Amino acid sequence: MSGLRAVLRRELHAYWTTSVAWLFLIAFLLLAGVCTFFMGDFFPRGQADLTAFFIFVPWLLLVLVPAASMRLWAEERRGGTFELLLTLPLTPLAAMLGKFLAAWVFVALALMLTFPLWLTVNYLGHPDNGAILAAYLGSMLLAGALLAVGACLSALTRNQVVAFVLSLLVGLAYLLGGAPQVQDALAPQLPPVVLRTLLEFSMLARFQHIARGVLDLGDVLYFVATIVVWLGAGALLLKHIEAD
Amino acid sequence: MRKRPLRNVSVVAPGTMIEALSLQRSFSSRCVVRDLSLSVRPGQILGLLGPNGAGKTTTLRMLAGVLAPDAGVARIGGHDVQRQALAARRVLGYLPEGAPLYAEMSVHALLMFVARVRGLRRAHLAQRYAHVVQALELENLLGQTIGTLSKGQRRRVGLAQAILHDPPALILDEPTDGLDPNQQASVRKLLRGLARERAIIVSTHLLEDVPQLCNRLALLVQGRLLTDTTPAEFVARSRYRGAVSFTAPAAGPVRAALGLLPEVDTVEIDALSGRVTVLPKPGRELLPRVQALLASYQVQPRELVLEAGRMDDVFRGMTETDVTEAMP
Repeated sequence: MSGLRAVLRRELHAYWTTSVAWLFLIAFLLLAGVCTFFMGDFFPRGQADLTAFFIFVPWLLLVLVPAASMRLWAEERRGGTFELLLTLPLTPLAAMLGKFLAAWVFVALALMLTFPLWLTVNYLGHPDNGAILAAYLGSMLLAGALLAVGACLSALTRNQVVAFVLSLLVGLAYLLGGAPQVQDALAPQLPPVVLRTLLEFSMLARFQHIARGVLDLGDVLYFVATIVVWLGAGALLLKHIEAD
Repeated sequence: MRKRPLRNVSVVAPGTMIEALSLQRSFSSRCVVRDLSLSVRPGQILGLLGPNGAGKTTTLRMLAGVLAPDAGVARIGGHDVQRQALAARRVLGYLPEGAPLYAEMSVHALLMFVARVRGLRRAHLAQRYAHVVQALELENLLGQTIGTLSKGQRRRVGLAQAILHDPPALILDEPTDGLDPNQQASVRKLLRGLARERAIIVSTHLLEDVPQLCNRLALLVQGRLLTDTTPAEFVARSRYRGAVSFTAPAAGPVRAALGLLPEVDTVEIDALSGRVTVLPKPGRELLPRVQALLASYQVQPRELVLEAGRMDDVFRGMTETDVTEAMP
């Protein structure tokens, strides 16, 4: 546990001493504002809720989470510090968890900094704050799942750009599998059982379910299981990676 | 296909802290380390020597558990570095090649990070921290970002993290590389002090490191361990052992006469300094004959030295011979 905590602290510190954190936060908040107020028709809708924001959250996270996760291991391998880490008494799982949790805390902070949106809808009307809270929780779970994918794939390469692209592609597959347009397009080509499986494994469908205010245990377990599987795979990968 | 490391190839020798048993490793079908065995006990500093590409870093990486061997076993403190990795890492201090460190961290933050991962308790940490900071002269660097440090400063920080937990085994890849002469002397003194109760392996391409730092020497050429001996025995293999060298003005005639002595194998003259070195035939004593000859020619030599041998001569002889022999 001391190793995990040490890695978590080091990673959190690393975010703030590099430009990554500031770039990420500025990009996330700017894009969140633009999407909500200009593309999401926040005011024309005339409803005191955050649907206009949460509808874009999966797509914002799809691009920005790989930006946060790409450096997790690729940077260690490129800079040679992976070799140093390999000789510290630290299990691969503790190292993976420490880095993942730091990135998750960081994304949580980015989501929390959208609180002016929540203040705005509460000022303008009487929103269902329970549903908004559920949507934030869903956003955290979605971010966690995408981060776990990114953390695992970052261990595959010493090139951050490759790690970013890989995470983006896998994340896109996870999201699009449940998108109605994709389901409709694939319906003539694929048997119903495959379509159903794609839907079951779709992060988008699960997220939208939670974002509607329905906190289903199955959806929560799905995200938790996705996180566990990808982090476990990442830890296994770390065990077999040698210093470059 | 990589073979799995052998389990329980042999029982660890009593007192052995670092042990390699038949280590072998290839990269893309090129064998970099072949059938390498060695063991280091507390009190020993083994200098791992070899030309570039001899397999020194690969050997150290396998010993530290960073690279898995294709065959063979590496043990630290009796723990198999692959199968009992955490136990082995707890008793090991390791300085990787080039001292890679987190560039964005301060020196203090890095040392605290390593201390936390290693689970050092507060009182012990305070004592160890103060010791390594003083021993490696890091007092003025603690708040500095590692990315802004010079190569030598980074090396000292790398050493500090390696010895912070007071490990009984140390594996250091070129610990004095990039240090100025004063810092080199200071690090050698520190390591000699540490070696009283610890087993240390250092790889180095600085031959002057070996007699000043190590009490054992292993020479690696093309992945094979050519010799494992003491620095004194290594130097004793030199052609220059028992050679007499001197400088003298107007020594032209005497040089020719020296070459005719039955004990003399070769007379070398340094073109730059004019220094004369007279090499003996094997087993022959030269000094009295050379002194007598110089006296008979009424030559007053300066800096007349009876040589113990030259490390670079043995190194070149063994490594170049081996490379030539290995050529098709």
